Amino acid sequence: MNKIIIENLSLQYSDGTESLRDVSMGIRQNAVTVLFGPAGGGKSTLLRCLNRLNDLTEVKASTGRIMIDGENILDPKTDVIALRRKVGMVFARPVPLPLSIRENIIYGLELAGEKRKSKLDEAVERSLKLSAIWDEVKDRLEEPAIALSGGQQQRICLARVLALQPEIVLLDEPTSGLDPISTGKVEAALAELKKEYTVILVPHSVQQAARTADHAAFFLTGELIEYGDGKTLFTNPKQKRTEDYIMGRFG
Amino acid sequence: MMTRFLSRNRHTVQRLGFSAITLVAVVTVIPIVGTIIFILFKGGSAISLEFLSGFPHDGMRAGGILPAIIGTLYLTLGTAVFSVPLGIAAAIYLSEYAKDNQWTRLIRIAIINLAGIPSVVYGLFGLGLFVLFLQFGTSILAASLTLSIMTLPVIISTSEEALRAVPQSFRTVSISLGATRWQTISRIILKEALPGILTGVILGLERAAGETAPILFTGAAFFLPRLPQSPFDATMALPYHLFVISTQVPEMPIQIQYGTALVLLVFVLTMNVIATVIRSRARAKRQW
Repeated sequence: MNKIIIENLSLQYSDGTESLRDVSMGIRQNAVTVLFGPAGGGKSTLLRCLNRLNDLTEVKASTGRIMIDGENILDPKTDVIALRRKVGMVFARPVPLPLSIRENIIYGLELAGEKRKSKLDEAVERSLKLSAIWDEVKDRLEEPAIALSGGQQQRICLARVLALQPEIVLLDEPTSGLDPISTGKVEAALAELKKEYTVILVPHSVQQAARTADHAAFFLTGELIEYGDGKTLFTNPKQKRTEDYIMGRFG
Repeated sequence: MMTRFLSRNRHTVQRLGFSAITLVAVVTVIPIVGTIIFILFKGGSAISLEFLSGFPHDGMRAGGILPAIIGTLYLTLGTAVFSVPLGIAAAIYLSEYAKDNQWTRLIRIAIINLAGIPSVVYGLFGLGLFVLFLQFGTSILAASLTLSIMTLPVIISTSEEALRAVPQSFRTVSISLGATRWQTISRIILKEALPGILTGVILGLERAAGETAPILFTGAAFFLPRLPQSPFDATMALPYHLFVISTQVPEMPIQIQYGTALVLLVFVLTMNVIATVIRSRARAKRQW
């Protein structure tokens, strides 16, 4: 079932960088959808449309619709706070807030008005376990999150998103700064995630795209070139440009 | 042979350069240290319990300077009450909310110009607005408000700088977790910028504490037999008292003048040291 339906989405930033041109696609529930392609292709822009984080950026023009559960989230009347609780995001560089590990995890929940300690504790344990980092930090939850290694920080950031029990999780090159072992742990966590969530991932390499994708979309200079089942797309791409990129002929 | 000569030569030039820079650095320190030592030497003998806790008598030629110390304390606090919330609010607006357009550019230009106005002009402005037009009279209130206006540009610009120094990524992450702009500011940004803001506040207040001209027409009294009882009373103040006993009182014992200067200096330097300690502590603790 499609969780998200993007219809004729076009967008241009005021400074003329990255843009999107007439992108239409459906994104499946409980699957990992990978958006890949060379830098400047519009992948991150698309992610930032899905939780309206682009509101913080100077956007010159945008048209089209993004339907999540049948509602157009680009509508000015959308409650963006509620949207961002429903659509969580993990960034390329782990950014722990200058708080303790525990405070980082419950940050969003507290803002949402959750005060009960039992609920908060429960969310901390559940989300840290889901992010495969519970065992490493369970005895040091009150320590500053910044003291952790980069790989641990990134899993804390993932847990921080999961604590809000979102329906959709956006990951923008979440392993770009991590060593292979940490990357493996994050990817393993992804495989678990899709059981409960709709996962959209911008991978940091074609290899990662191929490893993790249930569905894959290839973006080039703001256009959606090819979209389909992950295995088929990576073994047997229909478009010449997709094939060239996968084979490493450009990019 | 040639290259060895060149490299040795270069080394010498570098040493000379470093020596020159060190010398300049030392030269800049001399006036500060010199002033402190000089005033300590000349005024140290005046400092006693009576001097710090008594009222002046014999036409200020004897006794203490308590009312001036208390007055400066009141004025500094009064200035803080007005300028700190206003200054921080303005800084938050400029750093977090204002878009970069003509309107905000105008505000910035106004702030820069406000910082460049001579302090005696503030005094006259305060006389016109607070003392006469708003009828606060020559009072702690009018003087504090005048000093606040003078202090605002310092507080605004240092606070804005401190807010801008907080990484943008904290804002993005906080918003992405469902925070509003204000929640982001109040929970994360302000906390991180606080040491920088405090430094600016203290430096601004320190300047206010040491000023004579703005309080000259707005709140300072030559001599008062009792401590001020309300914000509508005039007050004695250290810088003005120093001015008075240095120029208006004949046959003034010189150690009282230097003693008063020493107290003012200690007052201001203490604030400076507090600001420095806050800043260096925060810098050691900061993790971004």
